[in-house]
Amino acid sequence: MDLLEYQGKQLFATHGVPTTEGRHAATVDDAVAAAEEIGYPCVVKAQVRIGKRGKAGGIKIAADSDEARAHSEAILGMDIRGFTVNDLWIEAASDIANEYYASIILDRSEKKLLVLLSRMGGMDVEEIADKDPNAMVRRHIEPGAELDLDLGRELAHQAGIDDDVVDGVAEMLNGLAKVAVAEDATLIEINPLVVTGDRKVIALDAKITIDGNSMFRHPELAELSDSSADDPQEAMAKERGLTYVKLGGNVGILGNGAGLCMSTLDVVAQAGGKPANFLDAGGGSKAEAIVDALEVITSDPNVTAVLFNIFGGITRCDEVAKGIIEASSEIDLKVPLVVRLDGTNSEAGLALLAESGLQNLHNETTMLGAAARVVDLANP
Amino acid sequence: MSIIVNSDTKLVVSGLTGREGTFHGLRNRDYGTDLVAGVTPGKGGQDVDGVPVFDTIAESVSEAGANTSMVFVPARFAAAAIDEAIDSGVHTVIAITEGIPVHDMLKTYWKAREAGVRLIGPNCPGVLSPGEANVGIIPAQFFDPGPIGVVSKSGTLTYQIGNELKQAGAGNSSIVGIGGDPIVGSDFIDILTLFEEDPATELIVMVGEIGGDAEERAADFIAERISKPVVGYIAGFTAPPGKQMGHAGAIISGSSGTAQAKKDALEAKGVRVGTSPTEAAQIAVEVLNG
Repeated sequence: MDLLEYQGKQLFATHGVPTTEGRHAATVDDAVAAAEEIGYPCVVKAQVRIGKRGKAGGIKIAADSDEARAHSEAILGMDIRGFTVNDLWIEAASDIANEYYASIILDRSEKKLLVLLSRMGGMDVEEIADKDPNAMVRRHIEPGAELDLDLGRELAHQAGIDDDVVDGVAEMLNGLAKVAVAEDATLIEINPLVVTGDRKVIALDAKITIDGNSMFRHPELAELSDSSADDPQEAMAKERGLTYVKLGGNVGILGNGAGLCMSTLDVVAQAGGKPANFLDAGGGSKAEAIVDALEVITSDPNVTAVLFNIFGGITRCDEVAKGIIEASSEIDLKVPLVVRLDGTNSEAGLALLAESGLQNLHNETTMLGAAARVVDLANP
Repeated sequence: MSIIVNSDTKLVVSGLTGREGTFHGLRNRDYGTDLVAGVTPGKGGQDVDGVPVFDTIAESVSEAGANTSMVFVPARFAAAAIDEAIDSGVHTVIAITEGIPVHDMLKTYWKAREAGVRLIGPNCPGVLSPGEANVGIIPAQFFDPGPIGVVSKSGTLTYQIGNELKQAGAGNSSIVGIGGDPIVGSDFIDILTLFEEDPATELIVMVGEIGGDAEERAADFIAERISKPVVGYIAGFTAPPGKQMGHAGAIISGSSGTAQAKKDALEAKGVRVGTSPTEAAQIAVEVLNG
């Protein structure tokens, strides 16, 4: 789960990591009120889960209340590479002397936390690497070890950080490592990490990803995630506890198991179709779950046909067939449904479907056959 | 022959008294796996359908001779259960549980490595050696004994491929689900090594998916160290970047971890990669009979 900048900064504040103070606003009036409270010059920042907001016009400095209003009006509702701006963060403009880069990443290859530090901030990691491959210091935290102040200072020296702020940067790295562990973050990136005119080290930005599996021990973060789904189908699926990802095509897809579902999207694309979504119905799919899933898939107005790809292992195909029949009686299905049932009790499942006399239902026994069929039906 | 689980496996199931634990533990026993014990703290002295239950895994090792542990406990307690298994004296731990926090696994992974205990999973369907033993939730009816080793990040996708292999008349030495989490106890490389050493395995099918670089590293490893033919399949060509596709580890970060990059890496090292589960199974049978 990706936090917005202001959520990340609020998290930093609770752990004593130096960052900018500000106010969140979701309307223009709130933003102007926040600016008045903070004073001028202040910065109006778009809160979206994508980088390079500044270049897209999502970060503006306001010298007075009129400018704060004008900038807020311009930025709220703006589209930044597919992300709509629904939230603003207003903070006092910082007096910036240096811009550095710092991040802590969970490196899944090495199975260790990885610290990155550079004195070339304000551009992304790839740009830094292009400009000067030696400008990025990389260090893994060994199992059982900590990113303590000594290691922080060593990394700061190595990165060529100004001598007078080496301690400040070491404290920042130490603080970030603590946040990563305490909050189950898999990524914390601060770009830029700035040194102010009075030589204080502060996090001017905050990009934080929290491990979704850890939400049971972070109820306050779990609440934040509820407001994050922009897409209506994704929000609906989340409410029902289904794993759904919108893909934008017209072939609705349900599979059991994440791997088989991904594979189903691929074979539909190979057959010339455009998948509308990923939806993993999970193991032991019962009738109720099938009804829920079908409702979510068909609520997407782009969907013109639906493919159910089930390979029954623990899941029994006759149970899935019952679910489909029940769903059909509860939902007015306006699009054709291609059902491929294979594996445990598939004959019984197919027999149930045949007996049901459901209209607009097409049985297939192979995955590739089902993909070809649904693509035909989706694009008459 | 086979790898990881076989007729010498003496299984203890953590969470045997839970609904899922009972169902799958007894299914494993019905298949012929030597299920020697269950573990649920506070329920020591009870039994599940004749299988003795102990308070600790260590007791199941000393009292019932357990050498392999299967962990079926809920996510928030699972890392502690794996840690307990690592300390108990078993040589293999198979963790089925989905949803374990990755920072927990960061510690548990190194604990297992330092103890020299083989950890499979978490978030995996387990290991099946057809005709010998089944530890986990893999439906055994789709697999016959034979010369093909399968290693996979995904459960149902493996059943799909296994079924196609069976229909083509080919069986399996072992089927290993390594799990779909960002950090798993054993990677492709670990399992490829075991299949290379296993005399019953003549060909290896490797089933990957988006996220991380385990497939890319496996490609280099295959070129350097694996003499047996390997056939690949990768899922997730249509997955958009930044979206988690069901499995916690199935996510493309920026431009890394794509299905295309993994396919390219494997093919660059001479591994044939099927475009669908069906084609992967066909290639495997073709190479085997070639």
